[in-house]
Amino acid sequence: MNLNLCLTAICDGVSSAALLYLTALGLTLIFGVMRILNVAHGSLYAFGGYLAATFGIVIAQRGLPPALALPALVVAAIIVGVLVGGTLEVTLLRRILDKDPILQLIITFAVFMILEDVQRLIWGSQPYFVSDVVNQLGMTTVLGITYTNYQLFVLPVMALVAFLGIQYFLKRTRLGREITAVTHHREVATALGVNAKHVSLLTFIIGASLGALGGALASPTTSLVPGIGADVLVLSFAVIATAGLGQLAGSAVTALVIGIARAFAVYLMPEIEVLVPYLIMVLVLLVRPQGLFAAAEVRRV
Amino acid sequence: MSAPLLKTVDICLAFGGVIAADQIDFELAEGERLAVIGQNGAGKTTFLNICTGYLSATRGKVFFDGEDITGLPPRTITRKGIARSFQIPQIFTEHTVRECMQLAASAVQHRWNPLRPLCKSVNLDEVEHTLELVNLASRANDQACMLPEGQRKLLDVAMALVLNPRLLIMDEPTSGVCSDEKHGLMDTLMRALSERRVTSMFVEHDIDIVTRYATRLTAWVGGKIAADGPPAEVLKDPIVVKNVMGG
Amino acid sequence: MRTRGLTVLLVAAGATLPIFIPWLKTPVILAINNGLAVLGVLVLIRAGQVSFGHAMYVCASGYAVAYAGRFFHLDGVVLILAGTLASIVLGALIGLFIVRYRAIFFGMLNVAFSMVLYSILVKFSTYTGGSDGMRVDRPPFAGFTFERSGFETTLLYVSICIAVLAALIVQRYFASASGQALAAIKTNETRLEYLGISARRVFWGGYVASAALCGLGGSIAALAQGLVTPETGYWVRSGELVFIAILGGSSQAIGAFLGAVVFEFVRLYAAAYVTGAWQLVLGTALIVIIFAAPSGLVGLVTRFGRGRAGGHAS
Repeated sequence: MNLNLCLTAICDGVSSAALLYLTALGLTLIFGVMRILNVAHGSLYAFGGYLAATFGIVIAQRGLPPALALPALVVAAIIVGVLVGGTLEVTLLRRILDKDPILQLIITFAVFMILEDVQRLIWGSQPYFVSDVVNQLGMTTVLGITYTNYQLFVLPVMALVAFLGIQYFLKRTRLGREITAVTHHREVATALGVNAKHVSLLTFIIGASLGALGGALASPTTSLVPGIGADVLVLSFAVIATAGLGQLAGSAVTALVIGIARAFAVYLMPEIEVLVPYLIMVLVLLVRPQGLFAAAEVRRV
Repeated sequence: MSAPLLKTVDICLAFGGVIAADQIDFELAEGERLAVIGQNGAGKTTFLNICTGYLSATRGKVFFDGEDITGLPPRTITRKGIARSFQIPQIFTEHTVRECMQLAASAVQHRWNPLRPLCKSVNLDEVEHTLELVNLASRANDQACMLPEGQRKLLDVAMALVLNPRLLIMDEPTSGVCSDEKHGLMDTLMRALSERRVTSMFVEHDIDIVTRYATRLTAWVGGKIAADGPPAEVLKDPIVVKNVMGG
Repeated sequence: MRTRGLTVLLVAAGATLPIFIPWLKTPVILAINNGLAVLGVLVLIRAGQVSFGHAMYVCASGYAVAYAGRFFHLDGVVLILAGTLASIVLGALIGLFIVRYRAIFFGMLNVAFSMVLYSILVKFSTYTGGSDGMRVDRPPFAGFTFERSGFETTLLYVSICIAVLAALIVQRYFASASGQALAAIKTNETRLEYLGISARRVFWGGYVASAALCGLGGSIAALAQGLVTPETGYWVRSGELVFIAILGGSSQAIGAFLGAVVFEFVRLYAAAYVTGAWQLVLGTALIVIIFAAPSGLVGLVTRFGRGRAGGHAS
C-alpha cells in the first residue's frame, strides 16, 4: 500500500464519514430528545436524495443557472425535513411518546415501510444519478492525488458546519438550551415552563432535515435506488450505537473511524468493507454496551 | 456454644463521603428474632444488602453457617438459605398472586422441566398454606399489580417464606400494613417462623412491634451499631433515645 | 375458546385449500414457516425483550441446508434437522454474550450480529454465492423422491404438523416454571435473583428456543423455495418478524401464524391490485391496529367471536 493509495483512502474515508455523520447526527439528536429510535430516518435520507436529484434535473432541463445546484441540495433537504418530518411528528410521533418502547420502534418501522412504497410510487425503481454539482465544482490535485472538490471540500465543510452549528445552537441559543433541558429531564423542563411539545417538533424537524441533508448531499455521488434508505439506516445506527445513543460529538468520532476503516478496507481487503462497521459495533458493544462516549448507565444483570 | 448462623467481620462501605458501614462486627445466633432500628441513612438497609449479596463491601467478610459468602451473588446466597423481603415490595406485577408464590416455591428445585406446568411442579398445599398465613388467600387469583401497598408487602414476605430459608431477612415488613392488621400478621408470622425454626432479622420503625416480637435489638447510628441487646435495655440506652427515637 | 376455533379454522384451510388451488401451496408454506420464526420472536417478547436481528437464524439455517444438501446429499428430513441445529448452535453461542443485556442494548447487539452475518454472506461470494445466494436442490424426503408438486404437498403437511406441534410446545413452555420465570424477567429480574433463580440462564434458554424456532422455519422455507439469499437475513426481515408479531397479537401462539398469513397474502394481492404497494397497506394497517386494537388481529377475532356469540364468555 503506497502513499498515494493511503491518501486516497483517507480522502474517501473523510468524505464518506462526513455524509455518515450528517445523517447519523439527525438520528441521534432525535433519540436524545424524544427517546425514540426513528427507523424511518433512512426514508428521510432517501427522500432528501431523490428530491435533490429531481431539483438537479429541473435545473439542468430548464437551463437555470448552475450556481443554484448546490443550494438546491440544501433546500431540498429542508423541504423534506419540514414537510415529511413535521407531518410525521405532528400526526403520529407525538402520540406514541408514552407507549411501550417496542411499540414505538415498530410504529416507526411501519412508517419506514409506508415511505418505502411512497418513494417508489413517486420516483419509481430506476436509479437516479444526478452528478452535475460534482462536475461543476471540478477537481483538485493534492499531494499527487486528484480528487473531486465536492468530496474534498464541500462534504467535510458541511459536516463541520453541522457539527459546530449544533454545538453552538444547543449551548448558546434559547431554543437549544430548552432542547437540552428536555433531553435531560422532560418533566422538570415542562415544570420550568419549557413547551416540550414545541421543542419536540422543532428537534424532530431539525433531525429530519439533517437526515435529508445527508441524502441530498450524497445524491450527486451515489446512485439512488429503492432500498438505499434501509442500508443507510442500519449503517447510521452502527455509528450512533457505537458512540452511544444521543452522543452528538461522539458520533463524529465514530463516523470518522468507521468511514476511514471502510475506505481502507476497500483498498486492502474489499470483502470486509461492508462488514467493518458492524464488526466494530459488535466489539464495542460487547465491551461497553452503552457506547464509547456515554456514561455507564447500562442495565446488566 | 454453637457457631453463629450469620456473622460479619469488619464490614466497611462508604458511598461518596457517607459512611454506610463502619467496621461492623456482628453475630446472629440460630433461633434469634433480631430487630434492627435506626434513622434513615443510618446503614440498616445497606447492611442487609451486603449480607444478601446485593452490594459488595469494600472490606470485611460475611459468613453464613460457618461458610464464607462474601461477594457471592444474591442468587447463590439465597440458595444457601437466606431469603429476603424488601422495603419496596419486589413482586412480579404481571403475574397473579398465586403464580408469584408458585414461582417462588419452584425456585428451590434444582432441575426444571420445561414441559411441565408450573402448578404441577410445586407443592400446592404449601403455597396455599403460606398464602393463608399472610391473609392473601382471598386474593390469590388477582394480578399482583392490583394489590395495595400493604398486601404487596405481605406477598413479598410470603415469597421469601415459601423458599424455606434458614434465615429470613425482612426490610420493614409491616410498613404499609394497616395498624389493626399489624399485630395479627406479626403474631402469625413469628409463630410460623418459630415452628419452622427460621431465624429472622428485620428492620422496623414500629417500636411496639419491636418490643413485642423481637428477642434482640440492634440500633444503628451513622453506619455503626450503637447498641445491641434485649429490646427493653436498648430502648432505654441514652444514645438510642437521642439518635434513634428523636430525643 | 375462540382462539381454538381460529386455530382449527386456519389448520383446516391450510390443509385443504392448496390442494384445490395449487398455486397457494408455496405462499402457504412460506407463511407457516414465517409464522414459526415469529413464534420465536414471541418467546423473547414474553421476556419483555425484542430482537431486530432474528432473521439471522432464519438465514443461517437456510445456508446450512444449502451446504449440507450440496456436499452431503442428505435426505430432506435430515436437512431440516441440520439447519435447525445450525441455528441452535449459533443462537447458543451468541446467546452466551447477548443474554447479559436488556432493552435497547439487547436489541442493538442482535442487529449488529445479524449484520455481521449478512455482510459475510454478501461479500465472501466464492463461498456463499454472494447476493445471488445458493441453490437448494430438491432432496428426497423421508426416503421418497418427489416431483415438484408432490414435494410441495409434502412440505405443506410437514409444515402444518410442525407448526401445530411447535405452538403446543411453546404454550407448554410458557406455562412451565422456565416459561413463567422468563415472563418474570420482564417485570422483576431482581426478585428472580433473590429467589435463587438465574435470570441469565432462564433468558439464555428462551433465546436458544427462539433461535431454534427461527431455524426450523428457515430450513423448511429454504427447501420450499429452492434458494437461499443473504436478503433473508437482512435487518428489515428481522423487523418484519417483530411487525408480524405485533400485527397478529403477541400474547398467543396463534397470533404468530395469523399475522404471518395475513402478511403473506396482503403482499401477494398488493402485487396484483395496488401496484405492489403492500408495505403501504400493511404499514398503515399496523399503525391503526396498534392504536385501535392493541392485542392485534387475534384480539380482534376473539372480540368479534365473542360478540357474535351473544356476549357469553368464551
